[in-house]
Amino acid sequence: MNGDAFMRQAAIVAVLAVATMITRFLPFLIFPAGKKIPRYVEYLGKTLPYAAMGFLVVYCLRNLNFFAAPYGLPQILAVVVIVAIHWWKENSLLSIGAGTIFYMILIQCVFV
Amino acid sequence: MNRKLSPTLSYVFLKTIPVMVGYLFLGTAYGILMKINGFGLAWVLASSVFIYAGSLQYLEVTLLAGLVNPLYAFFMGLVLNARHLFYGISMLGKFQNIKKWKPYLIFALTDETFSVLCGEDMPKNSEKERIYLWVSLLDQIYWVVGTVFGCLIGGMITFNTQGLDFALTALFVVIFTDQWKNRKDHRPALTGVLISAACVALFGADSFIIPAMLLILLCLTWNYRHSGNADGEAKDR
Repeated sequence: MNGDAFMRQAAIVAVLAVATMITRFLPFLIFPAGKKIPRYVEYLGKTLPYAAMGFLVVYCLRNLNFFAAPYGLPQILAVVVIVAIHWWKENSLLSIGAGTIFYMILIQCVFV
Repeated sequence: MNRKLSPTLSYVFLKTIPVMVGYLFLGTAYGILMKINGFGLAWVLASSVFIYAGSLQYLEVTLLAGLVNPLYAFFMGLVLNARHLFYGISMLGKFQNIKKWKPYLIFALTDETFSVLCGEDMPKNSEKERIYLWVSLLDQIYWVVGTVFGCLIGGMITFNTQGLDFALTALFVVIFTDQWKNRKDHRPALTGVLISAACVALFGADSFIIPAMLLILLCLTWNYRHSGNADGEAKDR
């Protein structure tokens, strides 16, 4: 690992720590005990987490190529399996474990 | 003090067993991912102690491996953790009278710790402060132990790990599914998916992040201003 890459990676870890602390401390800093929370902030608190998770799912799948083999099929199949298992059993560890193993089998053995 | 310590600890331990199972499992997977991407014990320890946010640390693996611009990483961290704002707002009242360890309690407020501390059967008496601290501390210990363990065994893995990083996608899909089931108003979730997908198509996979974030915020704000019931759907669980 060269020096520049190391510095950049150390910076990434640091900014992730700072970003996390900001999101955790901010409510306590701007709304000290008893202060009324603006409705817009409350609204964002109730909607942003849902939009953010949709964004993140797309972020993970952003490099899918629908125009060349395997046409994004391993990822799409795995996502369908995860949603199905999770809808049925509602057990996060089971869904993540089974979905990941299913995906690994797909790309290592089926779509090689 | 010592006489009281052990009943508190055993009570807290029982409360946190589900978190322990989850953190050891997910932490181990994270440690393995870090290790096979070339990031050893120091990286894993620093991340689990100072970042201490499960899904963000999974994302961290791809950010580190891809050597992304730290500014991008910062925005991704804010977006992924935006839900913490909501947890914080929900805990304003419960943490109000806590004196000693409040900064740590706020720092360590992960999804799972939040869900335990929110439990209705938490005692409201003077023991509360110590119970909160132990729940938070034990949870982080589980996470650190899990991730370090994963990092240590990551070097000995002999099976083909290609595709293991899909665990991150799986985690987000699972959370997304949970959220979908627990909320009747699907507009925020759909906004996130559709705008992001459109931005990938328009701007490409490497530069869709900032436009997608801005458009999502714009869209939610527009909806806030134009819906007669600005609270959206008050129930969120």
